[in-house]
Amino acid sequence: MGATKTMGKAGKAGKIGTIRTMKISELIKHAVILFFAFIMIYPLIWMLMSAFKESSTIFPTAAYLIPETWDFTNFATGWQGIGGRFTFATFFRNSFMYASLASIGAVFSSSLIAYSFSRGKYRGKKILFALTMATLLLPAQILMVPQYLWFHQLGWIGSYLPLIVPAYFGGAFFIFLITNFMNSIPTELDEAAKIDGASFYGIYVRIILPLAVPALITSGLFSFIWRWDDFMGPLLYVQGQQRLFPVTLALRFFADPAASTDWGAMFAMSTLSLVPAVAIFIFFQKYLVDGISTTGLKG
Amino acid sequence: MLALYFHRKGDVFLEKAILSEKTAVSFSDKFRKFIMNETTGAVLFAMPFLLGFLLFTIVPMGMSLYYSFTDFNILRAPTFVGLDNYVRMLTDERLFSSMRATFYFAFTSVPLRLLVALLVALMLLKSTKMTGVYRAMYYLPSILGASVAVAVLWRQMFFVTGTVNRLLDVIGLNRDFAWLGDTRTAIWTLILLAAWQFGSAMLIFLSSLKQIPETYYEAARIDGAGKLRIFFKITLPLLTPTIFFNLVMQMINGFLAFTQAFLVTQGGPADTTNFFSLYMFNHAFAWGNAGYAAALAWMMLIMLGTFTGILFLTKRFWVYEGGFS
Repeated sequence: MGATKTMGKAGKAGKIGTIRTMKISELIKHAVILFFAFIMIYPLIWMLMSAFKESSTIFPTAAYLIPETWDFTNFATGWQGIGGRFTFATFFRNSFMYASLASIGAVFSSSLIAYSFSRGKYRGKKILFALTMATLLLPAQILMVPQYLWFHQLGWIGSYLPLIVPAYFGGAFFIFLITNFMNSIPTELDEAAKIDGASFYGIYVRIILPLAVPALITSGLFSFIWRWDDFMGPLLYVQGQQRLFPVTLALRFFADPAASTDWGAMFAMSTLSLVPAVAIFIFFQKYLVDGISTTGLKG
Repeated sequence: MLALYFHRKGDVFLEKAILSEKTAVSFSDKFRKFIMNETTGAVLFAMPFLLGFLLFTIVPMGMSLYYSFTDFNILRAPTFVGLDNYVRMLTDERLFSSMRATFYFAFTSVPLRLLVALLVALMLLKSTKMTGVYRAMYYLPSILGASVAVAVLWRQMFFVTGTVNRLLDVIGLNRDFAWLGDTRTAIWTLILLAAWQFGSAMLIFLSSLKQIPETYYEAARIDGAGKLRIFFKITLPLLTPTIFFNLVMQMINGFLAFTQAFLVTQGGPADTTNFFSLYMFNHAFAWGNAGYAAALAWMMLIMLGTFTGILFLTKRFWVYEGGFS
């Protein structure tokens, strides 16, 4: 767009030399952008490449990206885990279960709440919505100690219940995102359905929910990535039992500063741990970008 | 039918029975009507939030407030100590250094991140065939940055034998500097890690920039305004609402930084990265001072509230709220 415009102007002026310098300046701009983009993802590429280096050569050859010989043993040794009885198959399964169950709950109940906020007519709705926004700003740290005790009394410590159950009561960010999206769905559709005899529930199931699918996908993806990366939660609630470790905790014990670390295996498993987020990023980038752009909130 | 038959007989007693039968029918009718009512439905659908808010926010907040006036830990019952925990803060040297580190981190990393985000967004605004690729490359660290994998990677990058020193070797600056062991540089490894994740802010800026009508720029160009002038007189003022919103959200997140400090620097060296959340976490779960931790949490909430309030008060001096009309 911009390039053709400037070229058009230069063409009118009739100076071929100007066109060429414009092109060169565009080229330089692209080169600069690309250079900085490369610096941005350099650490990630470095980690990926180090996963294929023989463990003892990683740091001596740290300045070089491409391994001299491609070594796949890191993945095999890393997969065996932290010297315990459990392999990364267990940790990946735990992470996957945790992220999926929490995300399904969060998206489903957030969609109910968002529908109520978007279409409901009752007193106090505005206050409720304001409260939702307030919880978005409320530091989780305030609640950390009493919530822990609360779950302790319920006998939930040492399980994923303290992390999954609250998700089924909705999440402020998702409520905000889905409510905004539902507000953009024309109410004429509801009216038409109402005339055809649809109830409040019928309109939700048949009209609003199907139309809100993009917002639900965006919420689900963000929720999944956040839960997949969640470290503090599992650290509090499942730290005691290795069989319950998610990938995040397993990696942390892998890189325990107190013990000597097999860096090759460490980077191999770290790389694998990023696969779900990268896959989501590659295949659903549009949804993530839309989610961030439309809510204006950090993703 | 039966009712009608008795009715014909004119029995007063049965008349009553019929009436009560009628009300029974109308009760289930009423219930159905009540449930199918739009308002009932809307309130029912809002219930998960209300219940969750009560169970997982209000109740814990109340408990937290109570604990902040007690001495207790996870294993021992709380004993009331009045304001002791709050008084203790006044002489807690480690708390002071923790506050210093937290403020230093938030006040450097957030502006840095927003500044880089804005610059890159401006660079990527003109869309070309490559824009999608660039945007993806700049955004990727934001998606992965919160992971343990990246934290561990970051940690080793700044080891004495890590990647950064090896790369410095290549350009002839081999000093084998201990980035994580030096009180001046350790916090900057975390600031860099935070600034590195500017992708989300960049996307928000991009979408705000695209909303500025082209006619504004045309009018300014006709009036003979240069590029810089256009940026400072039109683009920047119109972006201030976005900047403000981002500033508030990210400052709060900055004050609460935990995972990366926990994993990359463990609060060291000499408490220079002992961020508030980390300090509080240790008091609650490592050192058995949950009462003191609760008091710290409330102090943090009050501080954050005050800070956000002040930000909102400054709003009218620099945030443009005229819209695009």
